[in-house]
Amino acid sequence: MDAQTVIAKRIALELRDGMLVNLGIGIPTRVSNYVPVGMRVYFQSENGLIGTGAVPEEGMHHRLLTDAGGKPVTALPGASTFDSAMSFGLIRGGHLAMTVLGGLQVDQSGHLANWMIPGKMVPGMGGAMDLASGAKRVVIAMQHSAKGKSKVVKACSLPLTSARPIDLLVSELAVIAFPGGRATLVETAPGVSVQQVLAATEAELVVPDKVAEMAI
Amino acid sequence: MRTLSLADAVALIPDGASLMIGGFMAVGTPESMVDELVRQGKRDLTVIANDTALPGVGIGKLVRARLVKKAIVSHIGLNPETQAQMIAGEMEVDLVPQGTLIERIRAGGFGLGGILTATGVGTVVEEGKQKVTVAGKEYLVEPALRADFALVHAFLADYLGNLTYALTGRNFNPVIAMAADTVIAATENVVPVGLISPDHVITPAPLVDYLIAQS
Repeated sequence: MDAQTVIAKRIALELRDGMLVNLGIGIPTRVSNYVPVGMRVYFQSENGLIGTGAVPEEGMHHRLLTDAGGKPVTALPGASTFDSAMSFGLIRGGHLAMTVLGGLQVDQSGHLANWMIPGKMVPGMGGAMDLASGAKRVVIAMQHSAKGKSKVVKACSLPLTSARPIDLLVSELAVIAFPGGRATLVETAPGVSVQQVLAATEAELVVPDKVAEMAI
Repeated sequence: MRTLSLADAVALIPDGASLMIGGFMAVGTPESMVDELVRQGKRDLTVIANDTALPGVGIGKLVRARLVKKAIVSHIGLNPETQAQMIAGEMEVDLVPQGTLIERIRAGGFGLGGILTATGVGTVVEEGKQKVTVAGKEYLVEPALRADFALVHAFLADYLGNLTYALTGRNFNPVIAMAADTVIAATENVVPVGLISPDHVITPAPLVDYLIAQS
């Protein structure tokens, strides 16, 4: 199983029937591939859609029906559309049960940086700050390291997306939660040892006596 | 409400005007008006919109033609031409969190001085901004936004200017239609008055100053 599949499958275990969920672009989008059969999850696109469906067949693209990255999507039966003020009211107003976002860095207090690299990449925050500040639960889908450097750090060196800590970090190696504001290793990926996770992590991790394996 | 030709409608817009333009990655952007702004060479524009789309697409056409002096947007990541002009100091770019941006526009159209939001607290977004604490929670004071013109894309209009939108083409459009001194709507379809059910009108006719049946 490749890294992205491990992450997407594990995050899919966080889904519950009837949830309103927003998936960011990249790995988070792949979570929708693993919704358990029979479970209805409402996926929001912040450009104004609840009930975002699969990518349409070639030739069935509708130019006024896209995801938040501007890519063609479908709308499932029961979908609804709305303007951007309503869309962000859903996000900030406590109506969004969970958001899954990508990350550049997560630190040991649960702070997230995912919107810019000063001097290199200044794309604008789009909806990321509202999602990271407003969603009831913030889950980060992120590869554990980039170019040999841990992305799970002691303190974010990149500009923060929100002062509010995230709830859960899922990488291809581990699941990390933040009870009491401290990064805590709660699960390891199949075939990955606690030692391997610690060796790949810059942040100080609390390691409980028993660390479960991801049930993917 | 008056109907106008595309060229006459865009001719109302002077150089240096501030424009709110509908669309999200060019979906729901009135391309006809963008093309005409480029054709007429309107200069030094301030554009308030969700994003600057892609190079040469939607608002990206205005960027490519170097007509934008200042952009107030949430995202420029998919338009390297915006980034290049920003880095070269040719265009001022004010990046605003998307939810804050649309709510500042909504406030502008709803007669409010601004909004309080927790988005951006503890980040670079709070720099230079007033903060207030309400019921123990910290918020940024974000001022209302208005513009000289709103350029709205509608899917369906009647001859009075009642507007509806389609799917994700709605986005900023009905909100900017409240927040500008002059509202110009370009619609894909026009039907006789009465065919749009009152319950389905999203932007009521009195908000629309000019209607163009060419989106």
